[in-house]
Amino acid sequence: MTPPDDARLMVEADGIHKYFADHHVLRGIDLNVRKGEVVVIVGPSGGGKSTFLRSLNHLDAPDQGWVRIDGELLGYRSSNGGMVAVSDAILSQQRRQIGMVFQQFNLFSHMTALENIMSGPLRVLRSDRATAEDEARRQLALVGLEDKAASYPEQLSGGQQQRVAIARALAMHPKVMLFDEPTSSLDPEMVAEVLQVMLDLSRQGMTMVIVTHEIQFANKAADRILFMDEGQIVEQGSPAELVSNPRNERTQKFLRLVMGNI
Amino acid sequence: MWDWSTFFHYLHSFYLIKGAGISLALSIGAMAIGLLFGTIAALMRRSRHRLLRGPASFYVWLFRGTPVLVQLIIIYTGLPQLGLKLGVISSALIGLGVNEGAYLAEIIRAGISAVPRGQFEAARAIGMTRATTMRVVVMPQALRIIIPPLGNAFNGLMKTSSLASVISMEELLRRTELLIQVQFKVLEIFIVAALYYLVLTTLWGFVQQRLEAHFSRSVTTSDRSRGRAPQTATLGLNQAVLSHDAT
Repeated sequence: MTPPDDARLMVEADGIHKYFADHHVLRGIDLNVRKGEVVVIVGPSGGGKSTFLRSLNHLDAPDQGWVRIDGELLGYRSSNGGMVAVSDAILSQQRRQIGMVFQQFNLFSHMTALENIMSGPLRVLRSDRATAEDEARRQLALVGLEDKAASYPEQLSGGQQQRVAIARALAMHPKVMLFDEPTSSLDPEMVAEVLQVMLDLSRQGMTMVIVTHEIQFANKAADRILFMDEGQIVEQGSPAELVSNPRNERTQKFLRLVMGNI
Repeated sequence: MWDWSTFFHYLHSFYLIKGAGISLALSIGAMAIGLLFGTIAALMRRSRHRLLRGPASFYVWLFRGTPVLVQLIIIYTGLPQLGLKLGVISSALIGLGVNEGAYLAEIIRAGISAVPRGQFEAARAIGMTRATTMRVVVMPQALRIIIPPLGNAFNGLMKTSSLASVISMEELLRRTELLIQVQFKVLEIFIVAALYYLVLTTLWGFVQQRLEAHFSRSVTTSDRSRGRAPQTATLGLNQAVLSHDAT
């Protein structure tokens, strides 16, 4: 595993708050992720994990707080001493650096696997078609699906769709990859193939923030595990610290439930 | 008495055939205007800005809430009173087109709404702008849903276009009436006109089938390979269009 580079912070989240109507979903979250670090967020449903992840690329823009990606402030710029929201074009440009993988895969259903992966390079980076296709085929091979280039999403299994979705995100050469419960809607026999791709990615030094219920995977792949509940980070530490020796009562209770062996 | 020879005589009357051609051209022109207005209104109604949503909703409300016949008469006979004089053809095109746009706006909006939210989010997460997301990801998928009700709307428009006869637009119905004033063969000539409308809508039915097959093909390839009719979620939409019988 590539040792995380302490000097360079790829993700800085600073005092993130989020409200949905009257519901205070995120209650002041701070998180720094170093280059090459793999951070896994666990916790009970409704605890704000996914919302926090989505705030990191402003898919759900925070109501308070800032996000920096590789030092660059996301979504805002300073103007006359205050902060103003950047244009849609600039925010979109900033999002190129952040790959995201969704629970429901969200492959574009009218495009083949190859076209899905090409869509970013072609429509966002404005690569020429040949370059985009070379890149897409390379990414497809990396997730082991070179023979599925011409398949439409509905012709692929859930596991295959999720691997194509990962390839689609990687084709943009992001600095950070966000995973929002990437295996939660997969049949059990397909979970391993997706986790393997993610494990490979972490070993290549990709900076990753992962929301998942797969504690075994977290144990193996994570540099750090965060336990989130009720919109706050309750406890965090290395897998050895957090999984084997949780201090907080809520963490202990949650782990007992998901490990299912006590 | 029904006179067969008169009927057959006018069945290939160039005067009436040309009238049918004008009806078709008027329908195509009005549809183009309707698509333009409808798309703009649909996008405006989905906007986050009230200043854009408001006028679009007003437009749809106004033109769906009043008879197209009244709209045509106001445009042609009423507007000159305000100094805005439009010719017969312009009045007919604008009247039918702007009215159609109000219905198409609802069809297009429903089509866009039927595209799952995850598709927008995935496109945005890759770094596509709102406009690119619409063009590259959402519209192609919405089109598959929109095409069937759009086809029905055009079918309806070809019949509604006959209303332009009241502002003396010389399309098929107007020409039929002019002919009858001279020939006094009411039933025979009207039946010929009705047959021409039937030919137009039937031919369009074939075109529509091809279009629908084409647009569902790229998505439901597996359906095609199994030789099944592709299934799209258009039930609610078709109902929305069926209830729109302007004539």
